[in-house]
Amino acid sequence: MKLLVAVKRVIDYNVKVRVKVDETGVETSNVKMSMNPFDEIAVEEAIRLLENGTASEVVAVSMGVQQCQETIRTALAMGADRGIHVKTDEELQPLAVAKLLSKIVEHEKPDAVILGKQAIDDDSNQTGQMLAGVLGWSQGTFASEIVLTNSKVNVTREIDGGLQTIAINLPAVITTDLRLNEPRYASLPNIMKAKKKEIVEMTPEGLGVDITPRLTTLKVTEPPKREEGIKVETVSELVEKLKNEAGVI
Amino acid sequence: MAVLVIADHNNSTLVPITLNTVTAAQAIDGDVHLLVAGNNAGSAVEAAKNIAGVTKVLHVDAPKYEYQLAEALTPIVVEQGVNYSHILFPSNTTGKNVGPRVAALLDVAQISDVVEIISSDTFVRPIYAGNAMATVQSSDPIKVITVRGTAFAAAEATGGSGTVETVAAIDDPALSDFLGEELTKSERPELTAARVIVSGGRGMQSGENFDIIEKLADKLGAAVGASRAAVDAGYKPNDYQVGQTGKVVAPELYVAVGISGAIQHLAGMKDSKVIVAVNKDEEAPIFSVADYGIVGDLFKIIPELDEELIKQDIKPH
Ligand SMILES: Cc1cc2nc3c(=O)[nH]c(=O)nc-3n(C[C@H](O)[C@H](O)[C@H](O)COP(=O)(O)OP(=O)(O)OC[C@H]3O[C@@H](n4cnc5c(N)ncnc54)[C@H](O)[C@@H]3O)c2cc1C
Ligand SMILES: Nc1ncnc2c1ncn2[C@@H]1O[C@H](COP(=O)(O)O)[C@@H](O)[C@H]1O
Repeated sequence: MKLLVAVKRVIDYNVKVRVKVDETGVETSNVKMSMNPFDEIAVEEAIRLLENGTASEVVAVSMGVQQCQETIRTALAMGADRGIHVKTDEELQPLAVAKLLSKIVEHEKPDAVILGKQAIDDDSNQTGQMLAGVLGWSQGTFASEIVLTNSKVNVTREIDGGLQTIAINLPAVITTDLRLNEPRYASLPNIMKAKKKEIVEMTPEGLGVDITPRLTTLKVTEPPKREEGIKVETVSELVEKLKNEAGVI
Repeated sequence: MAVLVIADHNNSTLVPITLNTVTAAQAIDGDVHLLVAGNNAGSAVEAAKNIAGVTKVLHVDAPKYEYQLAEALTPIVVEQGVNYSHILFPSNTTGKNVGPRVAALLDVAQISDVVEIISSDTFVRPIYAGNAMATVQSSDPIKVITVRGTAFAAAEATGGSGTVETVAAIDDPALSDFLGEELTKSERPELTAARVIVSGGRGMQSGENFDIIEKLADKLGAAVGASRAAVDAGYKPNDYQVGQTGKVVAPELYVAVGISGAIQHLAGMKDSKVIVAVNKDEEAPIFSVADYGIVGDLFKIIPELDEELIKQDIKPH
């Protein structure tokens, strides 16, 4: 089977993001960028299916500015076969990404598309579900285990009360949760090999998708700050404060 | 136009976050309708029509709606939703799963995790794990929204007298089947609705050591939570995870034990009213959000705290 994996370039999860003083967004200059952590898990899962012979090809797709090609290279170094870059400097919202992906699906005809459950910059948690909707495919979201059978996938999902297992028809959209696997680091030889792998460039216009944002960001502000707390020396002091000062016990 | 809230339920009772979602809906428009799609969901419908402020309940009943699977639920939400200006889902794993699929089929954006309603088209939502708040305006004809439960009070569960309208089920291509679920059984309050939460992190060192957390939680009538590191290490199941990618909680009192305070964890608990941190590392970032911090070995402090609560005769509220 053929797999498509969506990989997004985001501010690295270790960076403490700062809101710009003019409230138009967050500081992105001189900030470390990485592959969205959930997408690393998506790539890892696809590569494992490739290695155990279930998948025959893995294509990594990223959308956005020129530097997204670095993110695709990371996926290629992990073991993906080739890359597709949909290049644009415009803001891409989840609905636009889902539509662009659906066009690529029309060309590539994969059996499944694996995405992260959530991009850690916009925290939308939408794109996979939207893609499944646009394509009319089944969806296995927040996956912590994937078992392929003949024409179905059994997906164990992380839900509020615990775990749920569903069987979904192929072709399907799957989104990854944190415990699906532990992504590998690319080895140096594989990073070298990845440089020779092919990345095809496309554009939203070429794919015939209107990417006009539906949401306008009016402002981005700091979250409310908590007041500075205190350190207490003893548990009796703690209990006394919780009882008499805070009144919560 | 009225606002449609998609109820989450288990066919007999409503999931509590549905009530918070109703409150958010009321901030948009006074006319709030609830869709209950389920299987033999009569008692959930009964509960729905009693919610204060709900004027109408749309009830659709068929076996395929039993588990709220996205593929089956989406067509009925889309069919009914086109008659509304806003469609609101609770931002829990059910709403997050179904909402975007509905939005895509209506060709509109979804506005995720709304924490404040500025006007009928302008909303505030957290981004970057809550390190920034974005005010966004939607230009779409129908607004599909997921509502962060902790940001809105629960609507009164009783006092309403909504009318009930039965809606016919819709055919769908049956793309998914429910196979089973493993739900955590607990006598404790549900995490997102608890008044007090005691959470343990990697510092607990083992699942067995969580016993001291449980004991403390008993004294406080608290729910038990965990950091991702504790869940990954297998100390607790996934549904205990608090954080950016776990549950978002805002109890009156949150006690973080052996948790360092990574931004992804803070994202899930920093709106708690009072935060207590117990950590042996006085530099741990958790202390930057804690109202009361205590530096030291948790294996000494937690049992002491336990005894102190007995001594001072503190009982669960
Ligand atoms: C995409 C992504 C999403 C994530 N989502 C989440 C999420 O939703 N929730 C979440 O929690 N994390 C999340 N994380 C992980 C997060 O980055 C941290 O790794 C995690 O929160 C650390 O857990 P911890 O504080 O228990 O462990 P550690 O960071 O290892 O901290 C353990 C703490 O225990 C203290 N300690 C140890 N022994 C003792 C003792 N005897 N007495 C007192 N104190 C002691 C130590 O001083 C230390 O501060 C996410 C990460 C990524 C990349
Ligand atoms: N610009 C993008 N390029 C590639 N993949 C993306 C992009 N935006 C979103 N995705 C995918 O969609 C997932 C969910 O993103 P979101 O819906 O924005 O939280 C991510 O984990 C990616 O797999």
